Amino acid sequence: MNTSAILMMAITMLLVTGFAVYFFVKVLRSPTKDDPA
Amino acid sequence: MSTNNERWGSRVGLVLAMAGNAVGLGNFLRFPVQAINNGGGAFIIPYLVSFLVMGIPLLWIEWSMGRYGGKFGHHSAPFMLDAMAKHRWWKYFGVFGIWTNLAVAAYYCYIESWTISYVFHSIGQTFNGMSQHEVAAFFTNYVDITTTSTGIPYEGVIFYAVCLFLNTWILSRGLSGGVEKTAKIGMPLLIIFGIFLAIRGLTLGTSGASAAHPDADAWAGLSFLWTPQFDSLANPKVWLAAAGQIFFTLSVGMGTIHCYAAYVKSNEDVALNAMSAGWMNEFVEVVLGSSIVIPIAAGYLGLEWVKENAGFGMGFQTMPFLFGNWGPVFATLAGVFWFGLLFFAGITSSLAMGTPWMGFFQDEFDWSRTKSAWSFGAVVLLMGLPTVFFYNYGVFNEYDYWAGTVALVIFALAESVVFAWIFGINRGWKEITDGSDMKVPTIYKFIIKYVTPLFLLAVFVGSVFSPRNGDWQSAWSSLVQGAGWELDNGSLIRMFFNTGIHEQLAAATEPAQITHLQDSLLLVNLSRVLLIAVFAGIALMVFLAARKRKHGKESTA
Repeated sequence: MNTSAILMMAITMLLVTGFAVYFFVKVLRSPTKDDPA
Repeated sequence: MSTNNERWGSRVGLVLAMAGNAVGLGNFLRFPVQAINNGGGAFIIPYLVSFLVMGIPLLWIEWSMGRYGGKFGHHSAPFMLDAMAKHRWWKYFGVFGIWTNLAVAAYYCYIESWTISYVFHSIGQTFNGMSQHEVAAFFTNYVDITTTSTGIPYEGVIFYAVCLFLNTWILSRGLSGGVEKTAKIGMPLLIIFGIFLAIRGLTLGTSGASAAHPDADAWAGLSFLWTPQFDSLANPKVWLAAAGQIFFTLSVGMGTIHCYAAYVKSNEDVALNAMSAGWMNEFVEVVLGSSIVIPIAAGYLGLEWVKENAGFGMGFQTMPFLFGNWGPVFATLAGVFWFGLLFFAGITSSLAMGTPWMGFFQDEFDWSRTKSAWSFGAVVLLMGLPTVFFYNYGVFNEYDYWAGTVALVIFALAESVVFAWIFGINRGWKEITDGSDMKVPTIYKFIIKYVTPLFLLAVFVGSVFSPRNGDWQSAWSSLVQGAGWELDNGSLIRMFFNTGIHEQLAAATEPAQITHLQDSLLLVNLSRVLLIAVFAGIALMVFLAARKRKHGKESTA
């Protein structure tokens, strides 16, 4: 693989995986809301 | 007020179900092909830009429209639009939010049934020892229905019926008891299977080279997929392809997200949930989807073969043969993983397609969950059988084009206008941010109001006037020089007039070919009549429901 392809692949995959994990963990850590009155 | 009391069992279940709705077969089979055909690594730039300015806004719009509708007991698009737009005609636009799902489920369940069949054949080691040509022929025979490679008569029809029965049964178990449970099992398994295959794809290297394919190299495939060709960024075709891919991968413009979100509590977050489900889909598509089919195919057959044959069919016509290189045990395991992950990707999407129909009949006609689920199954079976029996006559593609492509863009454009301009961006923004567990960037208020509708309009206009071979630069030059604008046969205008089939008919000389094309033309037109009839039928039900509501209000008063 050439360097630009490796860089493009690595940056994109890290970015997308990072956002996916970050938002999912945020969902898991958010407090549960009570039922609306 | 609806007597529909369904609720999600947990927030994680909701996010997984929404992500499962978005993750589909296209994540693994369509995305890498689109990337290869549109500038390799540079494709990811317009793709991610489209995700930010069109995908995320549409997710927020649909999630908040759904939760808003749910407050009034609406669990399907027609009366959600009615509640937001207040003009009686808008609810008929909402018919798209039910109709699209029926039409797409009709052919989508057929593809899903292939995955069940291929899991079955992988376990039975049907493909062991087959040549590449034989594996491809197996698929051709399978979709031909009347012929079979296994001795099971009408095998494709049987698996289709099994698949539809399974979907309907799960739907009849309810939202938390059926859909959510399936997502909680299916999504983690899909990701585990995907990671296993992606690791193999990323580490295959040149070990798959053979005497027949001495240049085979998985890294060459990855290199071709990811090398940025920045000059392609100036090509509108690449941008339209990227926007189209984002559109289809997120399952926006269908009415499924509205329906799922309608079962969210009125004070619960939608902004963070939407982001989580959306980025989970992107992980499956960009990280897993790009690391399986292309590198494994390039690793055994070479890059040139991939460039010539990259397409949706590779998943079924080529992958079982490639897995055969891993020995009988690992070939079986890889087949189960590959077709298993495609099955979970498919079923979590097709289940979502059943819920708007069910929500509508439960809300408006007090149907039970079971009755609404089985009626969905029956209608999809009736609509789907023509796609099964006449697959080779273009009926499948006709459904996919009008329901799975054009209708999505029209509905998304309409809902974005309703949300930002009729309901009003300030009220819409409040719906997005109310109860939010994340800070929503204010720039999105501007993007949702101006950029997203314009982006959608560009995608729609681009599909109506798509130039020959997607070559916009030549088309503009030709127009400026007074030589006119030559449309592509895939443009909406030419698709409407069946120009492609007519051109093939004019060029055909073999009597058998002429008969086949004439039959195709007839069947394609008949399938349109069926699609229009179903749309009209749902519109009539919406009319009756509206009248029922009006009479209900009058008698209460």
